[in-house]
Amino acid sequence: MIRPDAELLLEINDLHASVEDKPILNGVNLQVKAGEIHAVMGRNGSGKSTLSKVLAGHPAYRVTSGSVRYLGRDLLELEPEERSRLGVFLGFQYPIEIPGVSNLEFLRVSTNARREKQGKEEFDTFDFDDHVRNRLQVVQMDPAFLERSVNEGFSGGEKKRNEILQMALLDPVVAILDETDSGLDIDALRIVAGGVNELASPDNCTLLITHYQRLLDEITPDYVHVMGAGRILRTGGSELALELEKIGYDWVDQQLAAEGVA
Amino acid sequence: MAMPEGWLTQLPAPAGTLEPVQRRGRLALSEQGFPSRKQESWRLTDLTRLEALFQLSIADQKSDRSSADSLPSVPEQALRLVIDGSLDPLQGVTLPAGISQLEGAELQQALGHTLSRCRCASDWPVELNHGVSQQILALRIRGNVPPVELVMLAANAMLVPTRVLLLVEEKAELELLQVVSAQGQAAHSHLLEIHLGQESKVNHGLLALGEGQEALLANLAVEQESRSHYSLVSVSQGWSFGRLEPRVVQVDGQASTSIHGLSVTAADEQFAVHTAMRFEGPEGTLDQVQKTIAADRSHSIFNGAIQVPRPAQRTNASQLSRNLLLSGRARVDAKPELEIVADDVRCTHGATVSQLQEDQLFYLRSRGITQSSAAALLLRGYCKEVLDRLPLEGSQRWLGDSLQVGGMTS
Repeated sequence: MIRPDAELLLEINDLHASVEDKPILNGVNLQVKAGEIHAVMGRNGSGKSTLSKVLAGHPAYRVTSGSVRYLGRDLLELEPEERSRLGVFLGFQYPIEIPGVSNLEFLRVSTNARREKQGKEEFDTFDFDDHVRNRLQVVQMDPAFLERSVNEGFSGGEKKRNEILQMALLDPVVAILDETDSGLDIDALRIVAGGVNELASPDNCTLLITHYQRLLDEITPDYVHVMGAGRILRTGGSELALELEKIGYDWVDQQLAAEGVA
Repeated sequence: MAMPEGWLTQLPAPAGTLEPVQRRGRLALSEQGFPSRKQESWRLTDLTRLEALFQLSIADQKSDRSSADSLPSVPEQALRLVIDGSLDPLQGVTLPAGISQLEGAELQQALGHTLSRCRCASDWPVELNHGVSQQILALRIRGNVPPVELVMLAANAMLVPTRVLLLVEEKAELELLQVVSAQGQAAHSHLLEIHLGQESKVNHGLLALGEGQEALLANLAVEQESRSHYSLVSVSQGWSFGRLEPRVVQVDGQASTSIHGLSVTAADEQFAVHTAMRFEGPEGTLDQVQKTIAADRSHSIFNGAIQVPRPAQRTNASQLSRNLLLSGRARVDAKPELEIVADDVRCTHGATVSQLQEDQLFYLRSRGITQSSAAALLLRGYCKEVLDRLPLEGSQRWLGDSLQVGGMTS
């Protein structure tokens, strides 16, 4: 939902970042306002996932220049946990398995960390149990998964549902979903997309990182950005994704060649 | 190296039920001398800490009793026996049906039998215990008995020798939690023999808790007859110097053994676990997982021997050693030692040494959990597999569901 007067939540300016001294992001510029859904598309290696990890504060990624402002503050100076508590959420492309750590306890600890920052009362074990069971319906998840270790032995689809469940519990301001559609069958994709749609509101924003139109059939983005060589090459409306489906990414090579990048 | 001068001669004169054993042990110690790092099983040991044991006085009937007042409550139905090297642990105790004391000729016949079958009767820590133990708790277990909690206490810079013998009869079932606790720079020399009759079952937990300055020498010898089931879960932390040696023999095969261990070291502690599993008959099984966490400058040692001689056809054994290093200065030595002669067997082993996984830490941090809490959660997850197996709710009652790891509480 595009509203000209909506609050600016995330502002990325000329962002450069490296991993192991290899530059991956080469000047990303992006503004996201409240209520908006942005899709970030592009080939493998174009920098989409790196952008998501940099925004979440992964320690392996080093920002070499540029800035990211989140609700008016410098996001990059915050630790990953502080970003989460302030409402930045990253849905992982490959959710991590953590043997021996109960999913329910993990969800409760992280939810309470966020609630404390929001000035809300923390849940005790019993209240949280009620709350989480209520939120399970967002992704139609089996309560049995609460009793298992975090993501351990979950199928690809179950892991993605668990990510969206976390999103539902953490009530983020900026949700970055890194290839949430990968590894999902059609039914699971609809459920996960339904959850994302349900959680989108005029007060938050969503950044969908995806390769495929099929996710965008379920979640209509306000903007579609195409990344290449570590920056955004083109921005359009939802029709751009449909166009990409037809023309592919060959034009990216031509554009980069014309610019002398590739 | 010889034994510290005069130490053997200062021991009280051999007496009581264990008199022949004491004589045997002292003679062996004077002949063997002190362990040397040239011996493979002591190669990595900090022997100065072993020598320090000889500065301690040995607990006897005249010693002050360690305080048993502040122990966690024991579950209803369970029998708690406290051994502190001074008073008779059975004094004032009414043994439940199925548990009786072994005495006289029966005791003399059984004493040391399992040590011999496990081929460890002449090991140095065993001979040390022989030389200094003045009493023995020897019990016969019949049928299905209430759980037993054996609490062994040491304090006040004393060396507390303890010896236990359990004869578990055919088809009997025993749930046993041993808690070896020490404080005040004290030390334990512990020797346990368990004989499992046919079709018997023992679920054995050993929780060894020091406070950082204490020492532990513990030798467990277990003899299994066919179709018996033995499970050992050992958890240790807080020992400046520790050596735990579980040895299990399946005398006729066709038995199952499970050994799960967790040893946690911090500061400059050194803790060694030497396990030995021997199959003397066919179709035996072993499921073994040994975990360590080494923090600070500590040193953790694991040596896991599995012997499968020719009669032990169709043995199925697996051993996994998992080691977590929390500091660049911590050290882990893990060595599987498989001797397989039988040709129709399945024996697997593996050893891993790792640090806390960066991706797991980041995942937790990206959900608002601080670095230190995330590390503690991961450690707790790592320990859980072993802690949850302790019988008699040992983990919850004695650890409060937490372990102290390098300044972090998991």
